[in-house]
Amino acid sequence: MEKHIIDIRNVSKSFGEHKVLKNINLYVKKGEFVTILGPSGCGKSTLLRCIAGFEQATEGDILIDGKDISDVPPHDRPVNTVFQRYALFPHLNVYDNVAFALKIAKVGKDEIRKRVSKVLKIVGMTDYEDRDVLSLSGGQQQRVAIARAIINRPQVLLLDEPLAALDLKMRKDMQMEIKEMHKTLGMTFVYVTHDQEEALTLSDTVVVMNEGEIQQIGTPTDIYNEPANAFVADFIGESNILDGIMLEDKRVHFLGKDFDCVDEGFEKSEKVDVVLRPEDIYILYAPNLAGQFEGTVTSCIFKGVHYEMWIVTDDKCELMIQDYNAFEVGSRVALIIKASDLHVMKKERLTNTFDAVMVDSNHVEFLDTKWECLPQEGISGGEEVKVHIPFDKVDLMDTVEDGAIEGEVRFILFKGDHYHLRVRTTSGNKDSIYADTKYVYDDRDLVGIKILPQDIEIER
Amino acid sequence: MKKFFAQAYLWVVLIVMYAPIIVIAVYSFTEAKVLGNWTGFSFNLYKSLFQGGAGQALTSALINTLIIAVISSTCATFLGTFAAVGIFYTRHKFRKNTMNALNNIPILNPDIITGISLFLLFVALGVNQGYVTICLAHITFCTPYVVLSVMPRLHQMNPNTYEAALDLGATPHQALWKVIIPQVRSGMIAGFILAFTLSIDDFEVSIFNLGNNGLETLSTFIYSDARRGGLSPELRPLSTLVFVVVLLVLFVVNIYNARAARKKQ
Amino acid sequence: MKITRFLNKRSSLGIPYFLFMLCFVVAPLVIIVFFAFTDGNGHLTFDNFLRFVSNPKDLNTFVYSMVLSMITTLICLVVGYPIAYILSDSRLCKSQVMVILFIMPMMVNVLVRTLATVALFGWLHLPLGEGALIFGMVYNFLPFMIYPIYNVLNKLDKSYIEAAQDLGANPVQVFLKVVLPLSKEGIISGVMMVYMPTISTFAISELLTLNNIKLFGTTIQENINNGMWNYGAMLAVVMLVIIMVLNMFDKSPEEGGSEMGGLV
Repeated sequence: MEKHIIDIRNVSKSFGEHKVLKNINLYVKKGEFVTILGPSGCGKSTLLRCIAGFEQATEGDILIDGKDISDVPPHDRPVNTVFQRYALFPHLNVYDNVAFALKIAKVGKDEIRKRVSKVLKIVGMTDYEDRDVLSLSGGQQQRVAIARAIINRPQVLLLDEPLAALDLKMRKDMQMEIKEMHKTLGMTFVYVTHDQEEALTLSDTVVVMNEGEIQQIGTPTDIYNEPANAFVADFIGESNILDGIMLEDKRVHFLGKDFDCVDEGFEKSEKVDVVLRPEDIYILYAPNLAGQFEGTVTSCIFKGVHYEMWIVTDDKCELMIQDYNAFEVGSRVALIIKASDLHVMKKERLTNTFDAVMVDSNHVEFLDTKWECLPQEGISGGEEVKVHIPFDKVDLMDTVEDGAIEGEVRFILFKGDHYHLRVRTTSGNKDSIYADTKYVYDDRDLVGIKILPQDIEIER
Repeated sequence: MKKFFAQAYLWVVLIVMYAPIIVIAVYSFTEAKVLGNWTGFSFNLYKSLFQGGAGQALTSALINTLIIAVISSTCATFLGTFAAVGIFYTRHKFRKNTMNALNNIPILNPDIITGISLFLLFVALGVNQGYVTICLAHITFCTPYVVLSVMPRLHQMNPNTYEAALDLGATPHQALWKVIIPQVRSGMIAGFILAFTLSIDDFEVSIFNLGNNGLETLSTFIYSDARRGGLSPELRPLSTLVFVVVLLVLFVVNIYNARAARKKQ
Repeated sequence: MKITRFLNKRSSLGIPYFLFMLCFVVAPLVIIVFFAFTDGNGHLTFDNFLRFVSNPKDLNTFVYSMVLSMITTLICLVVGYPIAYILSDSRLCKSQVMVILFIMPMMVNVLVRTLATVALFGWLHLPLGEGALIFGMVYNFLPFMIYPIYNVLNKLDKSYIEAAQDLGANPVQVFLKVVLPLSKEGIISGVMMVYMPTISTFAISELLTLNNIKLFGTTIQENINNGMWNYGAMLAVVMLVIIMVLNMFDKSPEEGGSEMGGLV
């Protein structure tokens, strides 16, 4: 059995009412390069801070090298951190910054000198010992921060979005250097980022997180080719995600047609999500006998290596396609999808479901609000019930006051002919409701949420 | 044209503002008992200020003032710096707001209220007023300004530096002294200077908390002297010196700060 | 273990100051209120307050002080606002030294400044009295008016002014519709910083009017000095209430530097 250097067991973390981490289970093997990937606010930095000891997990255990470290203060943990904005000590020069840990540990002067010049050599900053850290460029500060963190030879190096503050070119160079350093040092790296490309380039294992939960753990290729759900598919790379229905094993219906696929093990007629990577759709001028379906090109933009085109299919669904050849706007095209290129995913939820309490015969309370519903026979006030609301029955109002409650758009998924949104309510427990809409919203838009009485289905 | 009038206005007000002190400064170089009589240029008032006579009580008041200012502004600097760090890192909303509100009370309170309330406290506790009570009183109204000077530095500090120190093996105590304190040092110095000048200038708090053992600060000495109708001529060179010293210190500090700010940009 | 963790928390560093403030800020205020509502034997009574409202001399002094302070504040505002405006406008005044010159007197001993005023009046053979008092107070507190207004105007984004000009406002309109409303906060701070010390001051009036005009601060001080602690405490409470009411108008941010905080 391979050795687990970090073992995270059932870890949850709340700030007051707000749950930031929800039952996280994760292990890291010795010497591995693990990346925790997710959008901002998904809890990835909090998880890292729990490992470093700056935050205490509300529940669960964290083991490092087999030892439970929940009660060990940060300065006694065998991990070191490279911080997002470097966090170099502005009152110390490069040498004193790097030597900080050794001076605290009361290591002898000669030993300190030797080890500082060694790590400065590793990060390529040999001639900068006496420089004021604030006079360094972002990339140089980053190198010093890494040198400072690895001088103690920690068992695990934690990197919290270390490249986020650098410009694109610098970021690419540093990515390669960090990968190189990981090889030479042989340490375990736990790397947090919101940049999916960075995660795929650097890591042995990618952990995708959203809303405080792990969505998928896998190698970069697995994550890209076999996303576990719509969130991962949308977050990693470009993709078209469409609603479909599984007809039988290896046969799926979407875009009004039946397609062969390689996925099995779904219920008959189960509603599913279908992922099509834009580079996996073959495009030819119509008419073409080989085409499985047809569409019209609505836009075509040159992206450097390939062209990115938007196609409207005959049943009014929009698809993004990448191809080395340009197809003129307005031209009819034929499209082919190979069975092995389409990926079918189980839907995480088919409808909104909430725990609710009946107020009286035609009012029910959920999402911290009283809603009007159709008169319910035989259910008395105060009784606990479940309510179901279909995604397309949740009306979003541009004017917040027009809705019964206020919500903030937090996740937008384009499904070809409509948008699937997650709207987080701004009051109470900040629970989320999912909505399908034809209209375009931006992330963080404030909307009013309205649900008609007849659309609230109540179940005892 | 607009600029000319603007500049003219500034200079007129400035001259009126500085006129009294200029008159005093000019007449500090003559011996006449009554201000306004010019009896020829002389340094005699400066000499008698430092060589006993009427100046002796004045010199001892000046020394008291300086000792009180040094003690209370030093105490206020440490108390206030730790307090600022404490308030800054308090996550509990109510506790944080309470601390900030309490800290604002001595700033908003008129000095006379601060003075009388402390006087009544010491009376109620049966404490003899003297050096100790006046220092406590000065620490009370100086510390809030230290807190307010240190707070912006804490806001400017990269919040991760403290964690970085812990991460590198420093205990919380070491991290405070080796990482936080050095980063707020400029705020501490500013706070110290502010506390020092406030302490030297204070009159209304001091007069209620000196006790009646003959302890005098510069302000109370000037006050009682003026009340006796005396207005010792030595006050002229003294006022001039105080004015010049304070102005020089502030001028240097402000120029230095303005330079530092420009350098940062 | 628990205790060390508690003491190691950075927020615990505020505890000594909290205790200090309890002893020397909160307790004294409680005691002043206690004295105000008790008699010499410690019995609860409203007599001190009744004595104040039925004493025409002290009431007169109180009203006179309030009015005189208002006049002083108004003059400070009228004289100080243009100065703050000119200092903040880089086209009219480039020099940073000028700003320092205007603000510096704030740091010089009140009594030294007041004595200087007495000297000036003597030198010019002008009589001491009400006029001298108002001049002295304006002279003493003008910097407290200039500084907060200057601060606000200086931070004011100049593009607002340009936007207003661009939209067709003439200079007067720009000032009345844009600059003045946006500097409201500074004006309020300035008015508070001048008004509050002027109603409480006592030494200035004694020196500048040869003790002919009494201000409310003088009345308080005399009562305390003459051992009338309970009555003096009541007068102080009256002033405290006025200050508290005035403070409700001031909504300046609580943290990150007061009006004075940025000076040195």
